[in-house]
Amino acid sequence: MDNQKVTVKEPLFHVAKRDNLKTKYKVLIYACAIILALVIGSITCTVIGDRGNPIVFFSSLFNGALGSERKIFKFLKDTSLLLCVSMALLPAFKMKFWNLGANGQILVGGLAAIACMWYMGRGTNGAISDTVIIICSVIASMVAGAIWAVIPAIFKALFNTNESLFTLMMNYIAQSLVLLMIAIWVQGTGKTTLPEINYGHLPILFGKREILTILMGAVITSAMFAYLKFSKQGYELSLVGDSQNTARYTGINVKKVIIRTLIVSGAICGIVGLLLTAGAVTPTIGTNTANNMGFTAIMTTWLGGSNPLFIAGTCALVSFVNNGMSEVKTNFGIQSDVYANVVIGIVYFLIIACAFLVQYKVTLRKKKKQAKENGFLNGEDKKEVK
Amino acid sequence: MEGKVALELRNITKTFGKIVANKNVNLKVYEKEVLSILGENGSGKTTLMNVISGIYAPEEGEIRINGEVVYISSPQDAFKYKIGMIHQHFKLVEVFTALQNIALILEKGQKYDLKEIRTSVKNICEKYGFEIDLDKKVYNMSVSEKQTLEIIKVLYRGADILILDEPTAVLTPQETKKLFAVINNMREDGKSIIIITHKLNEVMEISDRVAILRKGEYITTVSTKETNEKELTEMMVGKKVDLRIERVKTEIDKPLLEIRELSIKGDDGSKKIEDVSFYIRGGEILGVAGIAGCGQKELCEAIAGLRKIESGFIMHEGESLVGLAPKVIIEKGVSMSFIPEDRLGMGLAPNFSITDNMMLKTYAENKVYMIDEEELATYPKWKAFSIRAWVAIKTFFSRPFVDRKSARKKANKLIEKLEISTPSTETPVRRLSGGNIQKVLVGREIESSPNVIVTAYPVRGLDVNSSYLIYDMLNEEKRKGTGILFIGEDLDVMLALCDKIMVLCHGKNMGIVHASKTTKEEIGLMMTGSLNLSETKNKEYGKAKDSNLTEEEWQKQKEEAEKEGE
Amino acid sequence: MILLLQTAIRCSAAFIYGCLGEIVTEKSGHLNLGIPGIMCSGVAGGCLGVSVYMRSLQDPALASYIMIVLVGVLGAFLFAAALGAIYALLTVSLKCNQNITGLALTTFGGGFAQVVMDNFVKTSDSITRVNFSIASSKIASPLPFAENLGWFGQLFFSYGILVYLAIALAIVTAIIFNRTKIGLRLRAVGENPAAADAVGVRVNAYKYGAILIGAGIAGIGGFFYVMDVVQGLYESSGPIEAIGWLAIALVIFTLWKPNLAIIGSILFGALYMLPSFLDVPSQIVNALLTMVPYVATVVVLIVISVLDSKENQPPASLGLNYFREDR
Repeated sequence: MDNQKVTVKEPLFHVAKRDNLKTKYKVLIYACAIILALVIGSITCTVIGDRGNPIVFFSSLFNGALGSERKIFKFLKDTSLLLCVSMALLPAFKMKFWNLGANGQILVGGLAAIACMWYMGRGTNGAISDTVIIICSVIASMVAGAIWAVIPAIFKALFNTNESLFTLMMNYIAQSLVLLMIAIWVQGTGKTTLPEINYGHLPILFGKREILTILMGAVITSAMFAYLKFSKQGYELSLVGDSQNTARYTGINVKKVIIRTLIVSGAICGIVGLLLTAGAVTPTIGTNTANNMGFTAIMTTWLGGSNPLFIAGTCALVSFVNNGMSEVKTNFGIQSDVYANVVIGIVYFLIIACAFLVQYKVTLRKKKKQAKENGFLNGEDKKEVK
Repeated sequence: MEGKVALELRNITKTFGKIVANKNVNLKVYEKEVLSILGENGSGKTTLMNVISGIYAPEEGEIRINGEVVYISSPQDAFKYKIGMIHQHFKLVEVFTALQNIALILEKGQKYDLKEIRTSVKNICEKYGFEIDLDKKVYNMSVSEKQTLEIIKVLYRGADILILDEPTAVLTPQETKKLFAVINNMREDGKSIIIITHKLNEVMEISDRVAILRKGEYITTVSTKETNEKELTEMMVGKKVDLRIERVKTEIDKPLLEIRELSIKGDDGSKKIEDVSFYIRGGEILGVAGIAGCGQKELCEAIAGLRKIESGFIMHEGESLVGLAPKVIIEKGVSMSFIPEDRLGMGLAPNFSITDNMMLKTYAENKVYMIDEEELATYPKWKAFSIRAWVAIKTFFSRPFVDRKSARKKANKLIEKLEISTPSTETPVRRLSGGNIQKVLVGREIESSPNVIVTAYPVRGLDVNSSYLIYDMLNEEKRKGTGILFIGEDLDVMLALCDKIMVLCHGKNMGIVHASKTTKEEIGLMMTGSLNLSETKNKEYGKAKDSNLTEEEWQKQKEEAEKEGE
Repeated sequence: MILLLQTAIRCSAAFIYGCLGEIVTEKSGHLNLGIPGIMCSGVAGGCLGVSVYMRSLQDPALASYIMIVLVGVLGAFLFAAALGAIYALLTVSLKCNQNITGLALTTFGGGFAQVVMDNFVKTSDSITRVNFSIASSKIASPLPFAENLGWFGQLFFSYGILVYLAIALAIVTAIIFNRTKIGLRLRAVGENPAAADAVGVRVNAYKYGAILIGAGIAGIGGFFYVMDVVQGLYESSGPIEAIGWLAIALVIFTLWKPNLAIIGSILFGALYMLPSFLDVPSQIVNALLTMVPYVATVVVLIVISVLDSKENQPPASLGLNYFREDR
């Protein structure tokens, strides 16, 4: 440094926009981030837990997620469910519509299915065949989910009402609605939870309850992929997301597209609700039925970019950590149920931070020529310092 | 040139990704002088100034102030060295008053005392001859007021080196004169002034020396007295260019687009276009001149069906366009391309590939599968039938899907024809350079073979060669008998290219003049509202005598409109 | 009626802290959807502080009032600001998407709070319960002269110190925004960071400052809720997250003005406390009542968007990250 005289110091780092990073490097960056996050998770576990060490962490994580056939199926089921919700959010996100209300949409979808089962099955003591009930609950749950999503969409389209907070509030309204319906149903019985309903369960395919869900995940994902990539409606909604002015100029009815897309989004969430209630071992509903998948899916969708394949990857990652952590918890003697959220949070942070390394390059001031190669390495160092 | 060197740049290089914006630039600025930086758009003038003012950090080179090497890594640093920049896009906080904007620049230790600031600002105003209302909110200010505020801010902070980035681009000729008077005052006061421009006459008028940049490279610095406009142009563009733009002579047709008594409200509810009448004939280019924000955008949007009109008529070949959906208007052959300041706002989707942008207007059309009837006749009946059935099925199932294949073909054709430099047809247009983006947009519009083209600022920010390519394209369309409404910034270009020029001032039509019979000064006066030709003539101003509709029919239209109004 | 108002004002402090924290953050141009998680971590920090302090004493009953408040508020502020620092690092320095970072923070914060509460504060422990009920009664203890002033005293002086701190903070913030150089600069950063940068305001420093302080203030809100509103009984992070979301929505309702936050918070405090205040036996009515604050928020959002006035807009660059070299 030859600038002692002057008051101004030259900064150590120089940040500039990157043109386009090779996919190879991108994958490498993300892989490093995930591993780093899990390592940090293992260390914190060791610190917090009564016993265990980082190696135990990884083995029990793996064991907890994929240790037996039952666990593998649970993992696949959880991943598919999450993937379904992500696919529901994807078109809305492509349109730059922040649908934070998937929790609520799932919940009312489930509620509609339970209502069908309750009134048509239990109410008539089984006079109506299960097939009819199932068809009705499929329709009802899709319609309910769609309604829950379309209300904020209508106001967004007409008055540009802040959709992220609107959809958030709809989550809580949905929770209250569930409480209300339960209260109505169990009125006078002195109970506070719903009794088991043995009508209109979804069929069990190939002897495994999870298979239906897994199939749904595959179907919805491929359908959504085709819808976004090849269909005119998919083109329209991407255009609305990219530039509303241009969309208007092209003659697209932006309001219609917003509303239509959210109907699709909500209906898929409704189906997830159906799977979670009528497809469960003991069909019932509570305020936690959605299991916060709405929020998790926001993260998986965004982190996966707009690529369904990457989204499937992030969904699998989150389910993997989530399921694996239950075993980690017991092996480490950690009491908290939601400890998985801490590790998943760390994973999120590091993956989010990767976006920076992908979009910008950081160079040390003095080493100008090596800019490209050193770009992400410098960044990586910085992160570890934190 | 005598005097002390205030600022010196040595071998400055600045890159954005792969684009080299400045390459080995050397520059000297003396005290008490005005230095013009001349260069085409994209020659790196603004980038260079941003380097000096600490917005961008250069990759290489050094900056010396009063002979000492300095590092300017932020605007604060620039201020420490008494460098002040007035950006082309003003850096003002819209919801603050003028005074609050000035108060923002208080340094550490200075007291937040609005009264004191007010008095010292008043002193500055008197010294240099500014007029400003300090309690006016910035969003209520005119462009010239905002610029004045920016200059006051810099002076209040105590700058010795002032950089003005295209200060005259948004001003009327009269406002420009005022600004130049202020600049002369500041020079007399001992300040160094760097002024970026690409207007040659202004360079000659105001500056002592001229530095020329071309495609990011420093060419030379010359003294204004020892040069002339022609020489400067040659240095700026590199090779001799024919400054004359061709005005194609064509057979003029009946009016294609007739606009009468049109009034439009802007987003803020104020009248942006007021009682404007004009018409465009086939084979004619009508220019629209006016200061930025005089209703040009609203006019374009109204014609394209994107904005509701208050009252009046928009007639296309005798049929009203009012109230029609944008899509229908496009189908009728009216094309609109508006190039906003960021170049991407309207007509293009930045993250879409060139292919996807090609099908913006046609994506909803169904794919057509060709059947070769003659060949089919040679086949046996069952085979012909099954081929027909297969095509019918294909057509049916392709309906919900977009036809990307033919769009890609179109994209390839356009890339070849307009020499668009891009890695592939699947590159997002956002990644292209400004000029290429514009070629994609204007090219697509013309490819759709419209009969009326409304184009606003089609050459905004383009280099000379690309600009001429666009002018040629427009002239070719004109030859085909297309009516063109050309909304532009550069009066010289409009005078050369257009047949007639309509001048707007605050949404009012100040008159329509023949380009070959008017002068720049006349248009300048009309732009500022000092001259109003439409008032001096009769009421029928801007209405075609050989209209597509008879007077009775116009009357009928009016009555209908009134009925609807009730 | 006075009783309802009293309950409302008491509960409103939780909203004031949350809302104020978010206003300060948003004024710098950052929409922090992590406020719910930050409030949770505030709970963790405050409770941890109180718990450590009280366990260090021979007899928890002798704990000093000042120390409990000080340790609690400081702990809450620091823990919350630490989470704010993560948010700031990701969105300001690394320019990541603000919404996503915020949501990740909420996921993390809820889990983090639970872990701290379960493993370090040990809420299920009987010692902690006793300690917390003592601490809570101290923190919530009314001003000494409230009793002598009848209904007037009840309405204005019957709250714990943290309620007054909230109101004072709101007023001070309003003054800073409107009357000082720092406030002017902060607002400029949120409105047009390029303009602020061009005149030499250190944009990132202001952003970091606003986000950290905003997060810290919100964190006190979480601590207050646990210690005062629910009297030291922490069960899960659910209700705190709900308050966090409502507080973010309140920012829109209050038009980004700290003094309006006081009134808005009292209103929402009343709506939020309605079920427990009325205490109706019917589950059906209760379910309907819990819906009220959220429905009210939705109505507010709609009304404000329909009115859409020019003057009361969010900071112009809200949600957009600033990169100086952006072209």
